[in-house]
Amino acid sequence: MVDSLAYTPQITLEFEIGEKDFFVAGECASRVKKTLQQLGLKQDIIKRIAIIIYEAAMNVAIHATSGRLVVHVEPDGITIRTEDVGAGIEDINLAMKEGYSTASYEIREMGFGAGMGLSNIKQCSDDLNIESRVGVGTTLNARVFFKDERRHEDA
Amino acid sequence: MTLKEVQELLEAHVLCGNDECLERGVRVCFACDLISEMLLYLKPHSLLITSLTNAHVIHAAQVMDAKAVLFVGGRRPDESVVRSGELNKIPLLTTALLTFDCCGRLYEKGIRGDKQ
Repeated sequence: MVDSLAYTPQITLEFEIGEKDFFVAGECASRVKKTLQQLGLKQDIIKRIAIIIYEAAMNVAIHATSGRLVVHVEPDGITIRTEDVGAGIEDINLAMKEGYSTASYEIREMGFGAGMGLSNIKQCSDDLNIESRVGVGTTLNARVFFKDERRHEDA
Repeated sequence: MTLKEVQELLEAHVLCGNDECLERGVRVCFACDLISEMLLYLKPHSLLITSLTNAHVIHAAQVMDAKAVLFVGGRRPDESVVRSGELNKIPLLTTALLTFDCCGRLYEKGIRGDKQ
């Protein structure tokens, strides 16, 4: 098990997410997890990445009309990016607040929509950036770094 | 205790998982009906107790390395969800008991939440 992938080729994984394509989120998380396990990454880092992917992809499926998820595996860490066309977020600070949600009853019945998605993503990320335009769409960029000491050791 | 013992204790029916799977030991349990909460708190090798029966439960259990899933209140997932459990080697059980009774019986037998 390693923290960094200094000697591993960079990898990019991409997934399309359609409107109300609710079950693709779990599949994305599951598939990326398996890929990262094959690369020999540590379990705790894989979990954090899988949670970010699950929640971010779910947000796209719930709130956007179309979007995609891109996962970049780089030597110093992993970048998870979602880009969508859709409603956008009016107030990002409010959306980040745990418990705040605009999700429908249908989403809540499925076990989501409790307003935990973005705060879960924040908790699991080392760096998080969200840009949104109402009526246009949202871009989310989350980064998880491998441990600094190992990164320097391997560099 | 083993999953087989959990099955007997909770009068559960096995939806998928062979005898070998049911010999797996369980020490930690987590009960909830929110996927985001499962992603946040579900620890590896836990028994997940839930009344949700959709495919997200299997994905969350797979991503978080749950040992098995127990559906309460007599709920049964669709055949596709059971197949997904099989494919991911996650034993699935169902019981007529509700969450509180399941947790109470397990607690009496020494099963704890992760934080204890």
